[in-house]
Amino acid sequence: MTSGPVILEMRSITKLFPGVRALDEVSMTVRAGEIHAICGENGAGKSTLMKVLSGVYPYGTYSGDIVYQGEEVRFKDINASEDAGIAIIHQELALIPELSIAENIFLGNEVKGRFGIDWSTARLRATELLARVGLRESPDEIIKNIGVGKQQLVEIAKALSKDVKLLILDEPTAALNEDDSQHLLDLLRGLRSKGMTCIMISHKLNEIESISDSITIIRDGKSVETLDVAGGDVDEDRIIRGMVGRSLESRFPEHTPNIGETFFHVRDWTVEHPLVPGRLVCKQSDFFVRRGEIVGFAGIMGAGRTELARSLFGRSYGRYLSGTIEINGEEVSLHSVQAAIDHKVAYVPEDRKALGLNLLDSIEDTVVAAGLKKISRRGVIEPSAAHIAAEGYRKSLNIRTPSVTQGVAKLSGGNQQKVLLGKWMFPEPDLLILDEPTRGIDVGAKYEIYGLIQRLADEGKGVIVISSELPELLGLADRIYTIFEGAITGVVERADANQENLMRLMTGTPSAKAS
Amino acid sequence: MKEALKQLVSGGIRQFGMVIALVVLIAYFQFSTGGKVLTPSNAQNIINGNSYILILAVGMVLVIIAGHIDLSVGSVAAVVGITVAITIRDWHLQWWVGVLLGLAVGLAIGAWQGAWVAYVGIPGFITTLAGMLIFRGMNQYIGKNNTIPVPEEIQKMGSGYLPSWGPDTVLNNSTLLLGIIGIAFVLWSAVRTNTKAKKLGLEAQLPLTVILRAVLLCLVIAYLTFLFGSGREGTSFPISGCILLFLVIVYSFIANRTITGRHVYAVGGNRSAAALSGVNIKRVNFVVMANMSLLAALAGIVFTGRSTASGPGDGTGWELDAIAAVFIGGAAVSGGVGTVVGSVIGGLVMAVLNNGLALKGIGSDLTQMIKGMVLLLAVAFDVYNKVQGRPSIFGLIFKGKGKRADELVAEASVEDSAAVPVDAGETAARG
Repeated sequence: MTSGPVILEMRSITKLFPGVRALDEVSMTVRAGEIHAICGENGAGKSTLMKVLSGVYPYGTYSGDIVYQGEEVRFKDINASEDAGIAIIHQELALIPELSIAENIFLGNEVKGRFGIDWSTARLRATELLARVGLRESPDEIIKNIGVGKQQLVEIAKALSKDVKLLILDEPTAALNEDDSQHLLDLLRGLRSKGMTCIMISHKLNEIESISDSITIIRDGKSVETLDVAGGDVDEDRIIRGMVGRSLESRFPEHTPNIGETFFHVRDWTVEHPLVPGRLVCKQSDFFVRRGEIVGFAGIMGAGRTELARSLFGRSYGRYLSGTIEINGEEVSLHSVQAAIDHKVAYVPEDRKALGLNLLDSIEDTVVAAGLKKISRRGVIEPSAAHIAAEGYRKSLNIRTPSVTQGVAKLSGGNQQKVLLGKWMFPEPDLLILDEPTRGIDVGAKYEIYGLIQRLADEGKGVIVISSELPELLGLADRIYTIFEGAITGVVERADANQENLMRLMTGTPSAKAS
Repeated sequence: MKEALKQLVSGGIRQFGMVIALVVLIAYFQFSTGGKVLTPSNAQNIINGNSYILILAVGMVLVIIAGHIDLSVGSVAAVVGITVAITIRDWHLQWWVGVLLGLAVGLAIGAWQGAWVAYVGIPGFITTLAGMLIFRGMNQYIGKNNTIPVPEEIQKMGSGYLPSWGPDTVLNNSTLLLGIIGIAFVLWSAVRTNTKAKKLGLEAQLPLTVILRAVLLCLVIAYLTFLFGSGREGTSFPISGCILLFLVIVYSFIANRTITGRHVYAVGGNRSAAALSGVNIKRVNFVVMANMSLLAALAGIVFTGRSTASGPGDGTGWELDAIAAVFIGGAAVSGGVGTVVGSVIGGLVMAVLNNGLALKGIGSDLTQMIKGMVLLLAVAFDVYNKVQGRPSIFGLIFKGKGKRADELVAEASVEDSAAVPVDAGETAARG
């Protein structure tokens, strides 16, 4: 692909926050019509750099120059950058769930008619835009009713409606399954062939490898290097080396499993959707976990893994219809979250900020939040018990923070995940269910979390890992269950598992009940 | 020593901004009324005249932390007041039986409202709005719009004083005793904090800071003991103040040190996360609503005592005063934040404002306007103070001690953990 002239130059950008040098003389050159990836660990400065470019951090709050289309630009806010043809799509989608696709596309950019908003023209233009991004939905469809993958496409349609020439995407496929990711990447390729320039921040190295023309690597606020994909031999290892400073020999720590007997067995588990009667989200699911074992739950997004886990964990999702749970051979009824905790089951949610953490709390308060009974007598909490417990986890989990009295809100994603792990290790569970434990976490921290998971297994606990990243499950799990449309379609031992047969089971028809 | 002083001031400003505002307000009125504010009888007046609102604030803060609001407190207080007055008069009950009955009625009302909020799922705003109407009407129905007097013992609850006894110490001895107990407790607690910190290696505050803060607190207690104890013969720290003090101690303990208290903050901070942590959301909601009405009942009884009778207009507008007190005291509209002591301080700010303006002869029209502005500015000040990384106002005021201003800003930013870089080389080295 022949790239055109330079469309964007960011020169020696430095951005300071109180006490932190987020960007230190970062320079980046982007050519017109290319897909330019930015890689770096969490906290390296990628998002900050894009916020400087898009005007979220306006001119005056950073030093250095931005030269766009040959002219120096000084954006004073997001509108200024949008007027120049730069649009940014954030990792957290900025859509209003209760409004329709058309309303969202033209939010802030309404089509004006003679008397107020011209909705017919808006809907027409929305339909055109949806066709461009390949989304087959009515423009009147409400956002909250469509899946994340489609919402992402609506965001892109919204950017296209603003006549964008430089599209910035922050972790565009982070929340998407394989199918939707591929669709999105194809869309980007299509846009590129029509002359659009894209900057993509991503952790998904295989995707970056396959789609980008050049890659800028940022580490600790400095631009480390820029790789030309077409020119040199760029592969994932090369990128990792740039991001991390040395190549990771292996992404997973060495581990010899020490598996005992079955202690957790679920039979015939059937759960109905909470809002739609008659629709089953778990269909007679049957599985078991052994002591010291790491069990993976694989499935495409929406397959029902989280629903299964949460319905087991104190019936916190859906309407329980039938099925039994046996712990250590005895049938138990986990009719509430507290009952589940009392029976030594733990669940770490996939959405840290919405479901896992009270962002107003300190680290020490978070660590003991699920096990207050352990540190209190007759309802009165032992003072400083939280502090002691949290200190313990700070050391053993290597949580990077000056003190456990700090708030959790400002921790990096990886450290927040460790705090959450600590919270759920505190009540000393026998079974831990981890839902997407490494989502949104950089390579280095992922490695640490894998190590922690293996340690938990070595202590004789059972760990269920729900993950949408097949390589992660393949590297971590001893056995993998595949789930498709609410039913368990198969179980594969580590030795026999590979991406192809897992994918087949994850998307195929349900086979006979797995034992 | 300097380090400790610095810690004291910077920690103090951030946590106790409203206490400073209170002190400034008192100083201003004391100065501009020629010394009429800090007299024993005026101080006693402030407490007697406002304790019922402060009692409400203690309950209201828990409701607001949990993410709800209670608009019915005035009406509940009124209906309990009239119930107590009438049952004592017509059924010839002992005064304390009447009081217990009133509290029971308050609890029943609280359970009623709590059930609607927690188990049926109607927002607290609507439920208590309905309650406000229902119980106001009920008050008028029971009392048939009459004003009914209450016995002397209850009057003492609202406007009475602790007994005078013992040797001649210039001060009222009950108040002196209270002051001594208070000082002893503060000192003991400081020593305990320091020994525990040493034993566990907690780094939060220098031992000297803890001592200094305790000494400061003791000086304040000593002054207040003198202020309240040196009044007219027969006066002391008011009984209604004692009731309030008791409630503050108990509810602060509940909020900070019990599982239930933690759960209230958890529900307010992130409901879904709380649910997935095993918190019984419905139970928490029920308990805070029920407790609020119980305290409203108590407030109503205390107020009736002070007014010597229960009337049809009692309680009007109390909910707004209580809510204002809670927000001035630092609670957040979105829930999850707030303290019992803060709310009482917030209430005192309003009380001192009322009192000072009245002493200056300012009419109720202007007073209302001023109160409204104070509410707005106080909360704005609090919001500004809490946003980290901004230059602190006090830092700017004390610009002469420029260094301290920088340190105040720097201290705030230590919380900003973007400063903690992940050195992945460190982790890749493992295995």
